[in-house]
Parts: sequence; C-alpha cells; structure tokens
Amino acid sequence: MYLARVIGRVVATRRTSGLEGVALQWIQPLDEDGAPAGKALVACAAISSGPGDLVHYVDGREGALACPQPFVPVDAAILGFVEEAVARGRRIGAD
Amino acid sequence: MFLAEVLGTVVSPVQHPVLAGEKLLLLRVLRPDGTPAGKTRIALDRAGAGVGERVLVIDEGNSGRQLVARENAPVKTVVVGVVDYVALEGALTYDSRTSAPGG
Repeated sequence: MYLARVIGRVVATRRTSGLEGVALQWIQPLDEDGAPAGKALVACAAISSGPGDLVHYVDGREGALACPQPFVPVDAAILGFVEEAVARGRRIGAD
Repeated sequence: MFLAEVLGTVVSPVQHPVLAGEKLLLLRVLRPDGTPAGKTRIALDRAGAGVGERVLVIDEGNSGRQLVARENAPVKTVVVGVVDYVALEGALTYDSRTSAPGG
C-alpha cells in the first residue's frame, strides 16, 4: 500500500461490465516528505474521496478485490482516507 | 520479502472494512546495506513494530489474505517481523542493540 493525494477525477460512462458505479480518481503517489513520487495514476475508489484528500491505495490484483465485484480489470484502488500520516515526527501534507 | 525502516504511522478513520482496527505503518524500503530504495510504503502491522525499528515485510496478496483471514481481502503489504540484526557477507550491516532509532 502507498500514500497518495487525490488530484482529480476521471469520468468514463462507457466501461467494462462489473465496474458500473465505481468512482475513478487521479492520484499522485507521495514520498515520506509529502513530495510527489513517480507517475500519477488512475485508481478505483473503495471509499468516498475527492481532490486534495490524502489517501492510501493498493496496487496489483488487490486493487480489483477492493471493488464491489472482485473479478474486474482493475490494478489500483483507494482503500482509505488518511487523516494523519507521520514520518519521523513530522506530519505529511500538513499545509 | 524485504526489509524496511518504520518511519511513522498512518491514521485512517474511513477505510475499507477489512482494515478496521488495523495499525498502519509508514515504511521506507531498504537495500541489504541499509540504504533507502523504492517508494515509501504503508503496511499493516502484525509484529508489534515501533517507529525507528527495522522490520521484515511481505508484499504478496495470498500472504496478506492469510494474515487477515479474509477471502478476497485487498491486503498485501504486511509487517511480519522485527529485525534483530542483519549480516551481509560476514559483516553486520544492522544491529538493533547498537542502532539509534532511525539509524
């Protein structure tokens, strides 16, 4: 699992069956300083989240398992909203 | 499996139900010599690890599901051990008794 910030959303009305009603979000992975780490990606959202939110996500096959139907073509899913993340005593993303 | 240093904790009040009550740790993945490698990770704690400790981490779905004992659980990154020491080619690269937290 990784830390990320939600940076946008993706709307795709026509999609593969099994993914109906699943929210798609753009997320940017973060490092322990809260700085962007690697490429932004699209993830399904198992919880309600919106732009600016700090979240944690899982990649690979487990992304699909977080969706309402577990056998869907998904490789990343937001699992939780992060209220606070602390690294070496410093809060990440505390603006 | 790989080794990591526990950097801190993650508080997530709203999350997938399978993670309810789980302690989440923020980790930095380490190379055998102790230098940082790869992306910062978040893992479930199944070893009672604390901040600054060196830990053993599994990142594989079947193992994760086995540890939370839930079929189809979207869990794969789990701290499964706290490291006492690491020896690399005959030399100690980490010793929990002499290492300062975070060192």
